[in-house]
Amino acid sequence: MKKFEGKVLFLDRSDINTDEIIPAKYLTEIEKSALGPHLLEDLKLESFDPNSDVLKQSSVVVTRANFGCGSSREHAPWAFAECGFHTIVATSFARIFRQNMFNGGLLALELPEEDIEEIFNKYANKSDVTVSVDIDSTTLTVSSGEQSSAFDFAISGFDKALVEAGGWLEFADQRYE
Amino acid sequence: MKKTIADKIFDKHLRDEPFPGAYVLNLDVVMCHEITTPTAILDLVARGKDRVFDKTKIKAVIDHVTPSKDSKTAAQAKVLRDWARRNDIKDFFDVGRNGVCHAIFPEKGFIRPGYTVIMGDSHTCTHGAFGAFSAGVGTTDLEVGILKGVCAFRKPSTIKINVNGMLQKGVYAKDLILHIISVLTVNGATDHVVEFHGEQISKMSMESRMTLSNMAVEMGATTGICLPDEVTLDFLWKFVKDDYNNDKEVALADFKSWHSDPDADYAKVVEIDASSLVPFATVGYKPDQVKTMEELSGTPVDQVYLGSCTNGRLEDLAIAASILEGKTIADSVRLIVSPATPDIYSKALDAGYIKIFMDAGACLTNPTCGACLGMSNGVLGEGEVCASTTNRNFNGRMGKGGMVHLMSPASATATAINGKITDPREYL
Repeated sequence: MKKFEGKVLFLDRSDINTDEIIPAKYLTEIEKSALGPHLLEDLKLESFDPNSDVLKQSSVVVTRANFGCGSSREHAPWAFAECGFHTIVATSFARIFRQNMFNGGLLALELPEEDIEEIFNKYANKSDVTVSVDIDSTTLTVSSGEQSSAFDFAISGFDKALVEAGGWLEFADQRYE
Repeated sequence: MKKTIADKIFDKHLRDEPFPGAYVLNLDVVMCHEITTPTAILDLVARGKDRVFDKTKIKAVIDHVTPSKDSKTAAQAKVLRDWARRNDIKDFFDVGRNGVCHAIFPEKGFIRPGYTVIMGDSHTCTHGAFGAFSAGVGTTDLEVGILKGVCAFRKPSTIKINVNGMLQKGVYAKDLILHIISVLTVNGATDHVVEFHGEQISKMSMESRMTLSNMAVEMGATTGICLPDEVTLDFLWKFVKDDYNNDKEVALADFKSWHSDPDADYAKVVEIDASSLVPFATVGYKPDQVKTMEELSGTPVDQVYLGSCTNGRLEDLAIAASILEGKTIADSVRLIVSPATPDIYSKALDAGYIKIFMDAGACLTNPTCGACLGMSNGVLGEGEVCASTTNRNFNGRMGKGGMVHLMSPASATATAINGKITDPREYL
């Protein structure tokens, strides 16, 4: 199974919606590559700068509850993918956003609130925080320098199969007439 | 027994269970619009799979930005239009015949009780008003739906909402659903179906039921279901009577066979007292942040928007016209009215509502989603405030730096008259 690891972007707020991830005015773009530069452009979050190097260097998001609520636009995970993100770790996701991530072969992992709290408390103010996800052993490891913490997560057989196949279209195309 | 309506629909449509808990359903309707479909179409073309699973089950409309406002939106419309022609999709609604998807598709009788429906649009839950399992999805789900006629879901768990008592004068389906969302919160129904029960729901028109079901996604629900009954049948009768040999009793019995069993298992039952509710509006940037119109009274607004898949139907325009007749809107405010379909527009013309709106100083636009998501026909400027009958008050939703207060058509109209938030009961 492919390795999912990378630097972390912390988004310390619940209910971040897909309008904030990619505003509707960019939905007129047919090419996914046009979305990347506008990722999180309208996010209402203190001390967050959409032009920061942290965003540019990261490939994992750690955030709070109900991430990706609102519009069904798959442009939201596309914008993340265009910027090099492959994994989002949250207390919970809105259904459509979560499905859109796995449908594109990306990871949307849920951890209990106390685990997310621990990650924020221990790591959010550190630099060079990385997350490494081992799907086979369902272990997520957060590290910064010498410090590291491991968390167990749940992933359904179906979600795992979607990641393995590279997405829902690839899975469905092999399986259904 | 012990099945909810969603369980029954899943049983009938189950195509495959590739893994425990993953239910792949056969689809009755796949609906498409020009914002989320073109990427799927271009991908299918690139894969050499430019075909549809069943051209009679695909419905398509250009509705988000129409007529096209620039080269990019023209290109999106053209991708959808060319694809519909290429694939011989008869139910395609182009400029002049087009309306807001969640208004025009039910108006054409495309949604029936017990159906499975998807669309690349989160407010697809609207069609739960007909007793359908109707869910918003992303573009990849839509693409597989177009190609294979299937979509995967988790087994639905249902929250039952008992609406007790009747709404008072001046309080509408919009106020009821804003209250329900404030009780359940923005993720209180995530991965769940909600069912609306109670005498008030039974007495509601299909239009009001669509307003309720439309906002189910604002509490995270997969769909919001009203149980199909006489009201549903009356609405659909002209489309279904041949299927039932013109026998209404047989049709009604069939509709009601979808009802959840009396002993069905619910994840949760929520009791709502409708009789105690008053007109509400949202504050802030989440639809579960709700205050009474009275509490917000006097808040100045720059724009009032009457339209959308939530509240752009004839019933909504009728309420607004009854309040606005013989009056003009405040000089400080602009009122934009967008009837949700050409048929609604035409009926509003015949009923004299359009004249009332124009005499009052309103701007009438063609049917479109545009303003609701800040794409066209009423985008807010930085720092502006809009009283809106739409469904989302997210930060920047109707334009960067704008603020939206969601409310009923009656509340929005009273607000337009004064140029500031006004309890509609003052005008009833």
